[in-house]
Amino acid sequence: MFELLSFLQLQQLWWMIVSLLAGLFVFLMFIQGGQTLLFSLPENEVEKSMLINSLGRKWELGFTTLVLFGGALFAAFPLFYATSFGGAYWVWLAILFCFIIQAVSYEYRKKENNFLGQKTYEMFLYINGSLGVILLGVALSTLFSGASFHLDENFFVQWDTNLRGLEALFIPQNYLLAFSLFFLARLSAGLYFLSNINHASLHVRIQKMLLKNTLLFLSFFLGFLAWIFTKEGFAYDALGVVSIEAYKYLSNLLALPVVAVMILLGVVLVLVALYLGIFKANVHGIKVMGLGIVFAVMGIFLLLGLNNTAFYPSLSALQSSLTIENSSGSHYTLTAMSYVALIIPFVLAYITYAWYAMDKKSIDEAEMSDASEHHY
Amino acid sequence: MSELSSVDWSRAQFALTAIYHFLFVPLTLGLSFIMAIMESIYLKTGDAHWKKITQFWMSLFAINFAIGVATGLIMEFEFGTNWANYSWFVGDIFGAPLAIEGILAFFMESTFFAVMFFGWNKVSPKFHLLSTWLVAIGSNLSAFWILVANGWMQYPVGMYFNPATARNEMENFFDVALSPVAVIKFLHTVASGYVIGALFVVGISAWFLLKKKELLFAKRSMVVGATFGLITSLFLAFSGDESAYQVTQHQPVKLAAMEGLYKGESRAGLIAFGILNPNKQLGDNEPEFLGDIEIPYMLSLLGHRHIDAFVAGLDDLVYGNPAHNIPSASERIANGKIALQALSDFRDAKKIGDATQMNESEAILQTHMKDFGYGYFEKPEQIVPPIALTFYSFHIMVSLGMWFIALFALVLFFIFKRNITHYPLVLYAALWSIPLGYIAAEAGWIVAEVGRQPWAIQDLMPTHIAATHLGGGNVALSFTLFAILFTVLLIAEIKIMLRQISKGFEGGH
Repeated sequence: MFELLSFLQLQQLWWMIVSLLAGLFVFLMFIQGGQTLLFSLPENEVEKSMLINSLGRKWELGFTTLVLFGGALFAAFPLFYATSFGGAYWVWLAILFCFIIQAVSYEYRKKENNFLGQKTYEMFLYINGSLGVILLGVALSTLFSGASFHLDENFFVQWDTNLRGLEALFIPQNYLLAFSLFFLARLSAGLYFLSNINHASLHVRIQKMLLKNTLLFLSFFLGFLAWIFTKEGFAYDALGVVSIEAYKYLSNLLALPVVAVMILLGVVLVLVALYLGIFKANVHGIKVMGLGIVFAVMGIFLLLGLNNTAFYPSLSALQSSLTIENSSGSHYTLTAMSYVALIIPFVLAYITYAWYAMDKKSIDEAEMSDASEHHY
Repeated sequence: MSELSSVDWSRAQFALTAIYHFLFVPLTLGLSFIMAIMESIYLKTGDAHWKKITQFWMSLFAINFAIGVATGLIMEFEFGTNWANYSWFVGDIFGAPLAIEGILAFFMESTFFAVMFFGWNKVSPKFHLLSTWLVAIGSNLSAFWILVANGWMQYPVGMYFNPATARNEMENFFDVALSPVAVIKFLHTVASGYVIGALFVVGISAWFLLKKKELLFAKRSMVVGATFGLITSLFLAFSGDESAYQVTQHQPVKLAAMEGLYKGESRAGLIAFGILNPNKQLGDNEPEFLGDIEIPYMLSLLGHRHIDAFVAGLDDLVYGNPAHNIPSASERIANGKIALQALSDFRDAKKIGDATQMNESEAILQTHMKDFGYGYFEKPEQIVPPIALTFYSFHIMVSLGMWFIALFALVLFFIFKRNITHYPLVLYAALWSIPLGYIAAEAGWIVAEVGRQPWAIQDLMPTHIAATHLGGGNVALSFTLFAILFTVLLIAEIKIMLRQISKGFEGGH
């Protein structure tokens, strides 16, 4: 079936899959968002434990999605994997360090004799949720702002700054996406806690937090949209020649109405979810939010890679810019991987089922004191 | 700093992160099945002691699993960060198993891990047991795909070189996934994990017996652990034999280094024990060993399944042996340089649109492709890996593997035929064999990875070409950061683990 698709169609299909993974990952960042609330939201140790245990049963899904995101990029767009990870070395390593410390913190935090102490592990979680997300946002934003690299005749990357990716931190516009993600993650965390933790006074504090963070999120997100829709983009022609084009992302939005609807729908769903959370403390807000985030993020990613757009522009050697056509795996590999991807709906189904089975009953204070349960 | 030192630092960093990661992976592979067996017994018998036993080992599993995940993350991205050239050159093949690992295995592991730990009172007992088995299956599936990727580096198959993209492209997925090297590598590696899991359970149970604590729990755990250990350590030896056969067939230089074999011979013996002669050089007539014990014919039998077979030595492989049809490294280097030149000619022809020249150059390139990577070398001696490290690692691994079989058999004998608590020597032997399991596993990886030097991909891409051009300073710094972070986490892990063990089976989880 997939063999019949043209090379370009397969490349587009895989860009859609990568976009979907990006959407799912941003949704799962509610775990990171929740980690930034550990010091401000709870009023006592039991409440904090409830938050951590609520997040702790999900953190691995986010982590796994990040790993899969890396693997899918490697398989589908190996030149991006090689160029960006090898080139922007320090940004990616900094992100990885932020996630490495997350992985041990849930399990080790409350353990006796844990060497670093409970507070350190909680700080690790906070760093992962804040710095990790902001750095990731900056790194993703370079897909719009560009990076300084060129490829040699073997397609081996040469990075053109000594900062090896950290230079992205000095481009102010990159923080628009970074902080949008940061506040969005806190918002979805709030909605997730409303659904997963049964605690009246915590719910009231969450509603207040949601309201404040909504305003902050909207300021950064609208700024981000204004930036990308007014900035020039990087287009390529039938021969693969890359050129700078004014309002490229805006014209992509107009040229791809399905994507435009997707983004609009996503944003509306996010707003509806926030309304449900802030004004109704509704337990289903997180589901609406999840859908909204996946739609919106996927749509934004599609704007980046489709319609003859270079999704990883090079500022120092325009013709080295990466497009879905010049950076992808071969027709054979994309076909083989497409068959493998057929299993994704099945994977999503068992995750949903397991999640449903585990979350039938919300977390409450009584559960935290039940010695027969495993706790973080 | 020169690019050479950047490569060395990248190698050091990869070695460091891989060695740390593999301190935790084998226990996950082995203990997950042992826990699943224990929980199955609990469900079958309804005996609450078995539930406590399962939960105790699960609590240790979780401590180990967390740091395994932490150290594993970097492995997924390090191919890109430190081996970017490699990632493009073979990413079309190598990326697929990594992605499949994520889709098929990691989600299974992480989803059912949560059910396994938090679901005792939330899901039905059968669903819980299923989750425990799925964690075990998921971890092992994950091992399969990553070892497919590793096996492919040792024995690249199922692809062709595309000069237009200057990379290898996949031609047959099943050749890659079911390559005999990949399959045996998987079986041998997971078997080592099962043995480490068993050593861990048997050793810790022995500690309880020595302390005269938790006798019932410890004895039951020991029976499960030692039985699982005896079966899997025998399988480990069998898969090791097959693995050595594959190495002989596809990586003869590595095999010669593993055995310290310089001059090839028919009816070659296997070195059971040996001290290498430090003055020995390639091509000279110095003896290879200061002292050694050899098992006659065994190397020919192991490597070629025939006692009369000729096993090539390092001198044959470096300087050639026409009588046995072995080309010299110099010939292969010359072929490799022809291939590299043909690639360059192809590019020039492509630039000016000369289709005839492109076809000619590609034909020359494909003819010499099997020696492509040799073109990056200047001297034939460069194709030899560090011999002493490979040799001693191999022999340490094999000796320890033999000891584990004996240990499990001994433990089972003393449990069933004697009162094992009266034999502290056996119990101490079991306890002190826990670190030996890790030493054997790491030694195995040193054989696999140091032994394949100087190649990142056998015969196609040398390690120094595979690395990202990072500058030594950058990687020296990241190496140091990883060393500090992973060491701190390891200390935390060991301290927590020891405390958790000392709390015993009733100590909560």
